[in-house]
Amino acid sequence: MTAPQITDEVLVAFADEVGPVGPVAAVGARTRWSTGGPSADGTRLVTAPHGIVAHSASEMTVQVRAGTTVAELEAALAEQGQRTALPDRGGTVGGAVAVGENGLDLLGRGRLRDAVLQIRYVSAEGRLVTAGGPVVKNVTGFNLTKLLTGSLGTLGLFVELILRTNPIPAAQRWSAATGVDPVAVFDALYRPASVLWDGTTTWVHLEGHGPDIDAESAVLAGLGDFTEVEGPPALPPHRWSSTPAAAAMADGGATGTFVASIGVGTVFAEKPPPPSPVPATGVAVRVKQNFDPTGRLNPGRRPGG
Amino acid sequence: MRIRESFTPWRRRVVDPLVADLRAALSVDRVRIDGAERALMARDASVFAGGVAGPTCFPVSTAEVQAIMGIAAAHGRAIVPRGAGTGLAGGAIPLGAPIVVSTGKMNRILEVDTANRVAWVEPGVINLDLTTHLTPVGFHFAPDPSSQSVCTLGGNVANNSGGPHCLAYGVTDAHVLAVEVVSADGEVLMLGGLDAEPAGLDLRGAFVGGEGTLGIATRIAVRLTKNAPAVRTLLLSFATVRDAAETVSAIIAAGIVPAALEVMDQRITVAVENFVGAGYPTDAAAVLLAEVEGLAAGVDIDAARIDEIGRANGATGVRLAGTEHERALLWKGRKTAFGAIAQLAPDYYLHDTVVPRSALADVLEQVYEIAERHDLVVMNVFHAGDGNLHPLLLFDAREEGTLERVHAAGAEIVRASLAAGGVLSGEHGIGVEKQRFMGELFTDDDLDHQARLRHAFDPACRANPGKVLPSGHSCADIQALHEVPTGVWG
Repeated sequence: MTAPQITDEVLVAFADEVGPVGPVAAVGARTRWSTGGPSADGTRLVTAPHGIVAHSASEMTVQVRAGTTVAELEAALAEQGQRTALPDRGGTVGGAVAVGENGLDLLGRGRLRDAVLQIRYVSAEGRLVTAGGPVVKNVTGFNLTKLLTGSLGTLGLFVELILRTNPIPAAQRWSAATGVDPVAVFDALYRPASVLWDGTTTWVHLEGHGPDIDAESAVLAGLGDFTEVEGPPALPPHRWSSTPAAAAMADGGATGTFVASIGVGTVFAEKPPPPSPVPATGVAVRVKQNFDPTGRLNPGRRPGG
Repeated sequence: MRIRESFTPWRRRVVDPLVADLRAALSVDRVRIDGAERALMARDASVFAGGVAGPTCFPVSTAEVQAIMGIAAAHGRAIVPRGAGTGLAGGAIPLGAPIVVSTGKMNRILEVDTANRVAWVEPGVINLDLTTHLTPVGFHFAPDPSSQSVCTLGGNVANNSGGPHCLAYGVTDAHVLAVEVVSADGEVLMLGGLDAEPAGLDLRGAFVGGEGTLGIATRIAVRLTKNAPAVRTLLLSFATVRDAAETVSAIIAAGIVPAALEVMDQRITVAVENFVGAGYPTDAAAVLLAEVEGLAAGVDIDAARIDEIGRANGATGVRLAGTEHERALLWKGRKTAFGAIAQLAPDYYLHDTVVPRSALADVLEQVYEIAERHDLVVMNVFHAGDGNLHPLLLFDAREEGTLERVHAAGAEIVRASLAAGGVLSGEHGIGVEKQRFMGELFTDDDLDHQARLRHAFDPACRANPGKVLPSGHSCADIQALHEVPTGVWG
């Protein structure tokens, strides 16, 4: 017995479009188009197919074409009471996974890279390849889905993904207070979906069963004068990746106006982060060479660059 | 003259130059070549025999691991990393007499950093020792394999290990933030980081689950998970295994993600009751152990809904563990299930496949049918919430032809899982056990890309060669492996 080849016409057509030669990149909604550096001139742009293939609430998985918008996916899942870990910034599913950034509520929704179960992609040779598997738990072979998540389409162009879904909690509440220690807030709560801090105000997102949110709100009331708010604050445009401890000590000096994600380490800032010194390890260089020997996939871009 | 010669203890014994170099780099007592050591290292907890171990090294530092890698390269020898040897897929079995690198003496918890919710550990730290160490500060390490009282964190990283509580929390790769690795060419790499979104390719994620073929982890930063304030553990009894399996799907479909959902069939509960007396009903065809964690009100709501869903799906009894003692006893029964089997047969073969939850009941029926057809007794104890099956085939290896029947039945179980839309392994890995099935799940293109990852880490195929990828793909059949007698893998 051998594994069946992919015969889905939509996938095969995309592979044919990518083909085996010439610089090529997949374009989504361009919400993170500058990530990893500018696309090289002369790069042919292709658009991944669109649509939700299958969703099963009892499997907690969804199979979706890479060109589907995150908003469309989330709307369809919400009808079944579920959601994913993908951040919705107006972009596509393929784009979100290629960039690999987490959503604001990652402590509640989970981390993006933990939600990616299977990626079907077109290789530099124009072949359809499957990484990972369709089920929620899988250690069959090497962990290629992790390698591909956040690879900016430099190792393969995503065409279809299977993502882990999760139930939408019964209730949720944002509240905010000034003059409280955000770390003390984070430590006092069991599992807040998000704790944000701009140096003055602390925002807390609680999710779960209503009575649990009430109980956690009572904990918050003991720490400061929290009042319910509509949602998170507006986030400054740039994204710094710090440790949780460092994010809690942000003072705005380097970042300008900021909103720090407490317990996570992401700092949304007015100023761009300094270039991150991605070590050009032999392994990372060899990965790129092995997956894309001619350098045709999304030339100009480098994950972390 | 003859007498004199035989009494010259200062005469230099002929020492293998490889061993001499290793001993110079480590110490004489931490490079072992005696027969007993090599025999021990030739096996792991799987049924596979036939490994041939070279010298076994017990490094105590990253620098020593690096030195071993350099010596291995200089002598053209492969290495195989080894934790506690509890692997069930033969991943730690040495092929082609490689240098065995035991992490047993690298077993320090280096730092517990609660501000970043991370602990730095050496690879030889025992899984449960870390959680025990973290208990006073209110945290734990979430992956909890049944072997957690003996298995090492380095082994957990290599196998991307799971455990009952991975349903809610995810397997090992969700709990490793960074890992220091000595690559097969002797380079020390720091993969990942403690910051929110480390830049560059996720080589950390790629490394986890590499089964020792991508290098040796020498320091690991693991995520600390906050202990839940409240926990409720329910034991549901069913008249059929199908009812138990369908209850699992119904619970998930209802929007509840329990911390654990474990099913045990009657043969298992009877064995467990004889062994530890955990309080399982022995008259039920199957039991479902369901645990919910969280805040006090929510766990009561979820426990009540699980009770209701269970009864709607045919539960003949539902019991809520009333005390911590009762809860601990139920878990003791679950986690010692494999030990309990020893009363029934001298050997067992534990399989590990994953199927979609909706296919659990059908595939289980096939599993019983397959075992019966091969004249074998099968018992099922598994992570039902993840669709992760663990059929146990009982046998006595001394009976001629039995192992062949076990392997034949195992192959059919694997194929039934694949046919249902499943995968080869949920947490044990591929090792040498399932290489021959890889081509039934993955196309040549898929496997070729996995080999490209493997090669990027280890171009010379020096780290644990002969594992994971099937014969015909690179690193699966290098020259050194031809020393291994054929046919030993059944």
